[in-house]
Amino acid sequence: MLPVKSALELEQLRDSIIAGRDPAKPSIALCSGSGCHAYGSEKVAAAFEEEIQRRGLAGKVDFRRTGCHGLCEKGPVVIIYPNDICYVQVAVGDVPEILAETIENGRAVERLLYVDPVTQERIVSEKDIPFYKYQNRLIFGNNPKISPKHIEDYIALGGYSALSKVLTQMTPEQVLDEVDRANVRGRGGAGFPAGKKWRTCREAPGDIKYVAVNCDEGDPGAYMDRSLMEGNPHEILEGLIIGAYTIGAHEGFIYIRAEYPLAVDNLRVALRQAEEYGFLGEDILGSGFNFKVVVHRGAGAFVSGESSALMTSIEGKAGEPRPKYVRTSVVGIWDRPTCLNNVETWANIPVIINEGAEWYRSLGTKGSSGTKIFSLVGKVNNTGLVEVPMGMTLRDIVFKIGGGIPNGKKFKAVQTGGPSGGCIPEDQLDVPVDFDELTKLGSMMGSGGMIVMDEDTCMVDMARYFLEFLSDESCGKCIPCRVGIGVMLQILNNICEGKGKPGDIEILEDVAKVVKEGSLCALGTTAANPVLTTLRYFRSEYEEHINNQRCPAGVCKSLIRYHIKPEACRACLLCLENCSMMAISGWLRRVHIIDQEKCNKCGTCLEICPPLYNAVEKIWFKELPEPVAAGTKVPRLREGVR
Amino acid sequence: MSEVTLKINGEEVKVEEGTSLIEVARKAKANVPSLCYNRKLSPFGACRLCMVEVIKDGKSRLVASCVYPAEEGIEVQTESERVVSFRKGLLELMLAAAPDVKVIQNYAKRYGVEQPRFTIEKQNICVLCGLCVRYCAEIKQAHAIGFQSRGTNRKVVFLPQIALKICPDCKECLSVCPTKQLPEIYREQVELLLENNAGDSASS
Repeated sequence: MLPVKSALELEQLRDSIIAGRDPAKPSIALCSGSGCHAYGSEKVAAAFEEEIQRRGLAGKVDFRRTGCHGLCEKGPVVIIYPNDICYVQVAVGDVPEILAETIENGRAVERLLYVDPVTQERIVSEKDIPFYKYQNRLIFGNNPKISPKHIEDYIALGGYSALSKVLTQMTPEQVLDEVDRANVRGRGGAGFPAGKKWRTCREAPGDIKYVAVNCDEGDPGAYMDRSLMEGNPHEILEGLIIGAYTIGAHEGFIYIRAEYPLAVDNLRVALRQAEEYGFLGEDILGSGFNFKVVVHRGAGAFVSGESSALMTSIEGKAGEPRPKYVRTSVVGIWDRPTCLNNVETWANIPVIINEGAEWYRSLGTKGSSGTKIFSLVGKVNNTGLVEVPMGMTLRDIVFKIGGGIPNGKKFKAVQTGGPSGGCIPEDQLDVPVDFDELTKLGSMMGSGGMIVMDEDTCMVDMARYFLEFLSDESCGKCIPCRVGIGVMLQILNNICEGKGKPGDIEILEDVAKVVKEGSLCALGTTAANPVLTTLRYFRSEYEEHINNQRCPAGVCKSLIRYHIKPEACRACLLCLENCSMMAISGWLRRVHIIDQEKCNKCGTCLEICPPLYNAVEKIWFKELPEPVAAGTKVPRLREGVR
Repeated sequence: MSEVTLKINGEEVKVEEGTSLIEVARKAKANVPSLCYNRKLSPFGACRLCMVEVIKDGKSRLVASCVYPAEEGIEVQTESERVVSFRKGLLELMLAAAPDVKVIQNYAKRYGVEQPRFTIEKQNICVLCGLCVRYCAEIKQAHAIGFQSRGTNRKVVFLPQIALKICPDCKECLSVCPTKQLPEIYREQVELLLENNAGDSASS
C-alpha cells in the first residue's frame, strides 16, 4: 500500500491504523524529552520494558518514549492511557508498582500523583494539574500521544491530512490566502507575518526557490524548538511541505543545532518514514508535486540563527550575517528566494489549514493570533514548557501556570526574549503577552524564552551576564557590535566590581544607542536591550553600585563579604573543613574566622552552617564588624549544646 | 535596468535602480565617510561609517549606504543630525579601539570627536574592514587571506598553504589597507615564516 498515492489512500491508511488499535488497551507514555532525560528517564524506560516482559504483559500494554510533556520540573513524567493517569518524578523502583497497580488492577498509585502545592490535593489527570489547566496546547499537546520515531502515531491523530487537503483541494494561492488571513507571525523572534513573507517569496523572480526551517535555537534557557523537533517532527515537516507547495519550492533545508543530537536523530527517522509513506520525494500523494529535504547541522554559533547568517552557513561558509536591505525571501540561499521560518511557525501551518484561518484568529489577540510556546525557567516553581494563547498576562503565566516563586521569595522581574530581550518588572506584569506589547515595554517576544528572577537577583549582574554571552557570540564583522558590546561589558564589569564611576550610565546609554542603530544584524541591534531595559526599570540599582559600592541584591561578589558572627559560632569545624580556599581559621571551641583576603565568596560556609547556629552572614549593607582575635573561645551555652 | 528618481540632501537625482546610495552620494558630491567600501569590490557593510538616513514612506531609518540600493522616491540625508550623532558615537568606539590609526583620527577630527570617554583593553589596529580579503578573493581570485575566529578575537590571517606560494610575488593587498597595518601582519605571518623555512632548509 506504500507509498500513499492519493488522499483516499491516506484516509484508508489512517482508518486501518486506528482499526488495528484497541482503544481500551492500556498504553504507557514516558516523557523522554531533554528535562526528563536528565532526570534519568532512559533508566525508567529500560525498567518498564524489562518489567513488562517479566510480568508477561507484552502485547497487553503499549509502551512508548515520547517527546517533552512540558512539566520538566517534575520529571520523569509518565501518563497512562486510556485512564489518563499522570505520574510525576517516577523512579526505576516505582515501575513494578505502576504495572501491578495501574495496569493490572486499574488503580492509581496515590503517592506518585501530582500534589497541588496550595490545596495539598493529589491530582490524577494531567489536564487538572494547574500547570496544564491554564494552557492551550495546540501545537505541543500531541507530544505525549506520539512516539516521534513512529509516523503511524502521527497519522492516527490526523497527521498529513492538512497536506492532503492542500495538495488535492487547494491552489497555492488559496493556501497563501489562508495563511495570510490567519495572521500567523514568525515565532522565531521578530514576529514578521508569515503570510507576507511567503507571498514575497512566491512572487520573487526565479525558477528555483527554497524553504527552510530555523532550528538553531540558542537563547540561554530556551528549549521549545528542540522539544518540538524531538517530540513531533512530522508536524514541522508537514508545515514545511505545505509551505514548499505554496511558494513553489522543490527543495527544503532544515538547519538544526548539532548540540541537539536526539532532535537530529528523530528528524532523520521522520524524514525517512515520510519518504517511505510518500509525503516526501517525487509525486507526493499522487499530486505531481516533488519536494525533498536536506538536513544541515549547525556548528554551534548563536549568530547562525540570524536568517542571513544561517543561509551563509548552509552555503558552506562561516555563519556570518550579510547586509540585507533586500529580503532573504527574495535573495536567500545561493541568492535564490528562500522562505525561512522558525520550527514553531511551520508547526502552526497544519493547524491553520485543518481548522481554518478564522478559527485560528479567534485565539490570541488582534495583532498576534494563535498560541505561543514559552520556556518558563529560572526562579519559578513549575519550570517547563508552556503553551498559551497570545494575550495571556505575564502574571498568569508566572503565577498561575508557573506556580509563583519558590521558597517564599519575592518576584523581581521576568526576562523575555532571550539575550536580546529585556527585563520586565512587577508593575508591568499585567500586560498581555503578544509581539507588540512586549516590544512596547522595551523587551521582545523573541523565540519564547522566559526567565523568572526573584529578589535575590542583581539586575546589573544580569545585564552583564547577557552581554558576556553576546560578546562571545558576536561574529565580529561590524564595528558597533564587536567593539560596542565589548565597551558596555567592560563598564558593567567595572560597576559589578565596585569600580563604577559617575558618568558610566551615560556612556552605557550612548554606546547602546550606537550599537542599536548601527549594527549589521539583529544580534547587534538588539544586544543593548538587556542594558537599556534594566536601566529603564532598575536604574537605582546601577546608581547604588556606582555611588555607594553596594549591590542591593547581595549578588556581586566584589561587593559582598561573608562573616562569622563570633557570638553565634559554635566552632563545629564544618565551614572550616568545607572551605575550598582554606580561608577559615579556628579550632574546636575557638571561634572560626574568615580571612577576607583569601575568601572567594563562594558562599559554601553560609550554606553549610547548621541552621541551629546560623552563624555565617552575608554582609553587603553595612561595614564588616571588627574581627575578633584569633583563638577567641566560643561562649559557653547551656549543657547539651556543643 | 530602469532609472529611479530620489532626493539626496534635498537635491533631486536620477540614477539607475539598484545603485548603492554611497555611489549616488558621490554623484551628488556628498562625501560619505567609509573604511570598508571600495567601488571595485563587493560591498561588505562592516565599518558602518557610511550609514545615512533614509526617509521612506514617512519613516526614517539609518542604513549602510554601501549596500542600500537606490529606490524610487526615497529621501536620503548624508549629514543629518541623526547621522552625525551616530557617526560621532561610532568614531568614539573606533578611536578607543584603534587610537593610532591616521584615517580614523582624521574622521574623528572631521566630526569633532576628541578623547574617547573610555579605554579598551583589547585594542586592535586592524579594523577588520575586509578590503584585503575581498581584494585577494575578487580581483586576484587567490583567496590567500581570510578571517579567523569571531567576536573580539576575529583577525585577518594569511592562509599559509596559499600565501607562501603566491604572496611574495604579489603583495598588492598591502596598499589597499586603510590602517596601514597589513604590511605588519604580512611580515609576521608570511615573511617570517618564509625566512624560517629558508633558514631550516639551509641548515639541513
